Amino acid sequence: MGLPVKRKKDLVAVSLTFVALYLYWVVLSGILDVVHLSLGILSALLVAYFFSDLLMQRTGRGYVSATITRVFRFVPYLFWLLCQIVRANIDVVKIILDPKLPISPCIIKFDPGLSGDVPLTLLANSITLTPGTLTLDIGSERSYYVHCLTQHHGEELLAGEMHLRVGAVFGGDDA
Amino acid sequence: MISIITLISVILLMLGSFFFIAGSIGLNRLPDVYTRLHATTKCDTLGQSLILLGVMMYEGMTFTSLKILIIAGFLLIANPTGAHALAKGAYLSGVIPCENTEPDEYRDLCAEVDDDLAA
Repeated sequence: MGLPVKRKKDLVAVSLTFVALYLYWVVLSGILDVVHLSLGILSALLVAYFFSDLLMQRTGRGYVSATITRVFRFVPYLFWLLCQIVRANIDVVKIILDPKLPISPCIIKFDPGLSGDVPLTLLANSITLTPGTLTLDIGSERSYYVHCLTQHHGEELLAGEMHLRVGAVFGGDDA
Repeated sequence: MISIITLISVILLMLGSFFFIAGSIGLNRLPDVYTRLHATTKCDTLGQSLILLGVMMYEGMTFTSLKILIIAGFLLIANPTGAHALAKGAYLSGVIPCENTEPDEYRDLCAEVDDDLAA
């Protein structure tokens, strides 16, 4: 990164960060009187002014709208992921409770063809959340090393569409 | 009306407990660290989500249930991150996976790195 560059604050980014932080404050405090609401405005404004760059990373022109688009594309992905988690959890419970314990663990290399820190982290956590697969490490050339409970889980991951869906959330651009 | 909501939340709590119990059974039955991580972290993810959902249903639409939703979200982020850190830490400090782990492509990578360090 080098030396921090002093940049002009983007008013839209700051206000959106402020709205998000303030909603979060209201939910967490849960007290709707003047003192708490105004303290929330004060602290949310301070944090939003200094750290809006963290929520809305400057990735070029129109980065604010890119962030909002991502949030909207992330919601259907989240529902799809939850369905996958439930489906695969039942699968793993069946294996665990099977008297024969039919496991065939393996560690496979998986190249998702993604780039950027946020997509890679999201995919690694999604793989780990889905039972039967556990991300061990991200190696060079951005390939994952995934521990699978059975060979079948590994094949499913390699043939699966999870990395394509994560790629679709980020629309191909590098975060 | 209230009794139906209570019934749903009780069913959710029971399902959550079932996944926790299954995870604990897996912890005892599976052979090595990595497979055990599968059982504990994964079943617990769904188990805690269902239990928190059941508590939310019981609580109704209040700030408390919104807070519980936020807790569930954080657990869904923290759980896989912790599992990943445990697995990688175990592998790099030399915990060998159980015998029938095949193929093990991570071993090849670690061997390459060791060779590079030795050279």
